[in-house]
Amino acid sequence: MTVRNIRHGDASDGALAEVVGGRLSRVDGPAKITGAAKYAVEQQLEGLAYAVLVESTIASGKVRAIDTEEAQAAPGVLQVLTPDTIISLKPASDWFGTPPPDKPYCPLVRDITFSGQHVAAVVAETFEQAVAAAALLKVSYDETPAIVDLSDAKAGDGIPIDAMTKEWGDAQAAFASAPVRICAAYNTPREYQAPMEPHGLIARWEGDHLTVWEPSQWLDGMARTYAEWFGVPFENVRLVSPYIGGGFGSKALALSHGAVAASAAKMLGRPVRLVMTRPQTFTGYGGRAATRQTVTIGADRQGKIQSIVHRGVNETSVDGMWVEPLGSVTSIMYATPNFSSRQNVVRVNSVVPGAMRAPGENPSAFGIESAIDELAYEVGIDPLEIRLRNYAEQDPEAKKAWSTRQLREAFATGAERFGWSRRTPEPRSMRDGNQLIGWGVAAGTYPVRRAYGEAIVRILADGSVEVESSSIDMGQGTYTILVQTAAETVGVPADNVVVKLGDSRFPRAGVAGGSRLAGVMTGAVYKAATSALDQLIGLAISDPRSPFHALQANTLVVANGRISSPRGDGPDVSISELLKSVGRDHIEATGDTMPANSTPEDRYKNYTTIAMALPHTEGDYSRHSWCAHFIEVRVDEDFGTVRVSRVVSALDSGRLYNPKLAESQWKGGIIMGIGQALLEEGIVDRRHGRIVNNNLADYLVPTNADIPDIEVISVGIPDLHSSVLGGKGVGELAIVGVAPAIANAVFHATGKRVRDLPITLEKLI
Amino acid sequence: MRDFSYLRAGSVDAARQAAALPGAMLFAGGTTLIDLAKCGVAEPETLVDITHLEGLNGIELNERGATIGALAKTSHVADHAGIKSRFPAVSEALWQAASAQIRNMATIGGNLMQRTRCPYFRDPANFPACNKREPGSGCSAVGGVTRGHAVLGTSGACIAMYPGDLAVALVAFDAIVHLGDRQVSVDDFFLLPGTTPDREHAIEPGEMITAIEIPGSAAARRSTYLKIRDRQSYEFAAASAAVGIEFEADGRTIRDLRVALGGVATKPWRARAVEDALKGKVLEPDAVRAASLLAIEGAVDHGANHYKIELAPRVVARAILKMGETA
Repeated sequence: MTVRNIRHGDASDGALAEVVGGRLSRVDGPAKITGAAKYAVEQQLEGLAYAVLVESTIASGKVRAIDTEEAQAAPGVLQVLTPDTIISLKPASDWFGTPPPDKPYCPLVRDITFSGQHVAAVVAETFEQAVAAAALLKVSYDETPAIVDLSDAKAGDGIPIDAMTKEWGDAQAAFASAPVRICAAYNTPREYQAPMEPHGLIARWEGDHLTVWEPSQWLDGMARTYAEWFGVPFENVRLVSPYIGGGFGSKALALSHGAVAASAAKMLGRPVRLVMTRPQTFTGYGGRAATRQTVTIGADRQGKIQSIVHRGVNETSVDGMWVEPLGSVTSIMYATPNFSSRQNVVRVNSVVPGAMRAPGENPSAFGIESAIDELAYEVGIDPLEIRLRNYAEQDPEAKKAWSTRQLREAFATGAERFGWSRRTPEPRSMRDGNQLIGWGVAAGTYPVRRAYGEAIVRILADGSVEVESSSIDMGQGTYTILVQTAAETVGVPADNVVVKLGDSRFPRAGVAGGSRLAGVMTGAVYKAATSALDQLIGLAISDPRSPFHALQANTLVVANGRISSPRGDGPDVSISELLKSVGRDHIEATGDTMPANSTPEDRYKNYTTIAMALPHTEGDYSRHSWCAHFIEVRVDEDFGTVRVSRVVSALDSGRLYNPKLAESQWKGGIIMGIGQALLEEGIVDRRHGRIVNNNLADYLVPTNADIPDIEVISVGIPDLHSSVLGGKGVGELAIVGVAPAIANAVFHATGKRVRDLPITLEKLI
Repeated sequence: MRDFSYLRAGSVDAARQAAALPGAMLFAGGTTLIDLAKCGVAEPETLVDITHLEGLNGIELNERGATIGALAKTSHVADHAGIKSRFPAVSEALWQAASAQIRNMATIGGNLMQRTRCPYFRDPANFPACNKREPGSGCSAVGGVTRGHAVLGTSGACIAMYPGDLAVALVAFDAIVHLGDRQVSVDDFFLLPGTTPDREHAIEPGEMITAIEIPGSAAARRSTYLKIRDRQSYEFAAASAAVGIEFEADGRTIRDLRVALGGVATKPWRARAVEDALKGKVLEPDAVRAASLLAIEGAVDHGANHYKIELAPRVVARAILKMGETA
């Protein structure tokens, strides 16, 4: 590794695609394009039965009765599961590992707390039979009034979350005395991950061993939950998830539909497949919580911030707790001597919200990055300039140095590539025929979440290298960067490396969430590969049968799959030849990044909960990724339609392990941000507390036609405080700040400030 | 989706007879029917497959106009050179409808039978009340989420929007639906909901769409379809307009004008008041904008769909002015 010699995480990192920092194409690409990649529910198992969920049609109340007679008698029906007939499970601890309440867990419910809750399931010989029989179930309810959303009069102010409170200085007093004051409320609606592959699984029991084929962002965490539910040892549960059709945060936890399928399989003694319908994916698990924020900024006439007062509210469910940290960007983006942020959560009759790409930072940035734009207009300063005037030279909250913060470089590079200096400041001052043109800027950030990982690296008799890890690749490129890491570390061509992921039998890994996996796993593979390489060289030097034995060298060089001496004065043999000569069929090394004194309990906790994650402000530094988005919109002055016509984003994710894949993830985040800004909104029927646009024709995500060319530029430098190889987070960063950049551009185009997402045409005509 | 029997019709007559039986439905592209079966709205007992019937997928143009077979794929019609040159609004309406995959499957006849996207209509498990689905059961949409509902042609029984694009262009140019021997104008083929929203088309059991005939005209030749929507592709209209125009020899005075609206009404909506207000007048922006307001005469909103009343006249005006500019 020559990490320290590397400055930019771009192609200059290395001429070769095959090493870390190179632009190797996705190694799993051909399997996906040709259809060879087998996804979870595509497994063909003997005796497979099909389960279909039946969901509540009320948002609040009780199931009075379920008449199963007709469904039981329908062709092919094997089982009708209701709260009365499904086996009772044990409660499972949450993702922090917090011990569960001491009461049995039933994934089918009688007490209804949201519309679309699982109340029954039908298992049949075929999928079609199960669907037909499910329609014959007659569920009757005693309905009670529901709290449908944040604006419901019954919702109240919610529950204060003290852990979210951040205070320094005297923010209220400083605001009151500030010469310039702005105050505005910003709202984001319920949004959904909408992965291409819907949630589903196949569960199979063999004795007290359970195998689950299920798309998963966290095999070991989900295996723990299944093990706890069914009261079997963790080792008895095997999760298999080699390919995942998108997760965006929604596939990290074992969910109630999984408990239903695994229960059905146990009761039936047959493997059971259960796949959610697309409408069920809108209520079977949580999307991003709806949020409200009030941001007040007090500043001097030069736009220098003196105070920020922030109040946030997010939805949670009646019986679950989700906190979307709304003050997370607010407290660190700009230097301010006085600050106050508080947050409440409000219980409504919905499924408990969940993680969706940059939970917390995403809506937080919509508030603060819109508000600073409003301040810029208030004081008459360019929106880019005001950000530089308030640049935080250190973490204003933790009062620590940034590990690296290339945000100034991001602003400068992005502005230059975008042509920001040609912007005319007044709203409605740029147009092309009927199209009003607006240019907006906003910044984004995401903390560097760190954890530990482990991996096995094997050097095989044919000279190839095999890597195994229970981490996953949901499209972000884990397979590929681990190939690069192993290839470079051992010294073999990338074609000679096979990476196996997505099986909980492999060495363990924590969640692929919070943009941490690449940093965790490149570190683990680097360690394991280094250890394997040491063994290989050790054998070559010391084994009497080795052709290098007589050379009496201190070390040897492995490159391109061949071993030689540094001075070139000895033999030059392939890895395969060496292993043959010393009589070994493989070398194997396990490597991990856990502290050396870790106990088995520590290890279990690290891989199956998020309790061991290292704080991003641990030690002397505050670690974050950063970005700046420059976005052009065209707004039709008659129709109010907004189209994004140009995006230039400069991003600091530290060192990039593979720029091609990082750029792809950044662009994906930006595209998702365009959807969030302009299209996405779960619309609730307020009479029924039900999401009515629960399908991909009515819940709009962007199409290709909505997306212009997007230019992404890496301005990162290796950050060795953040990870072993110098990278920071990639996957979540780029969505943060896109929505406010678009809202700011819309204001510049039209003079209308839209503070409620999405920015649909009726808000502008 | 329930079990159903499948019948492959050997001829148009056999298809008609089979489709006349209770619970039978014709199956062509399947892009609407399968979708509705999956959400529990369509529950056919018998599917009568007509996809292989010969002689129903032609596109013929002569001096009188175009005749398009009921089984012609929408993508083929959209890309047909004669349609593009003589009926650009028809081609444009088709290109802007659905997705490439759906256009490659969907047929012209099936497109006319496309049903509403009203979310209450499409979710029988959660919303049992729907007069379109179950006559007399009530309407779940009124008082609910109405952003996509109609503002024109509604009744107390139903406010569901007609979602299609092609028929908007067809109604502008007086197209005729061939039901075997019987012929009905497209305008008459689509029924207002009135008290019978379950009855959407003037087609009787045992009848089958065999072709659509579009009379040629100067206005059709100089026409466009302007579709405004939240998403740039694969999205239903927030409001749309099919407009065709013919000028007098002076190139300024409007001799013939055709205007129809989509995305705002319970059926493809011909706006004759706009046509009449401008025919014989010189095309002039202010006059066009004023006349376009007549397009939404009688419109009634249900809250969230109010924007359509603002939007529709602007779409009409833009489309007329655009056609004026191409002189």
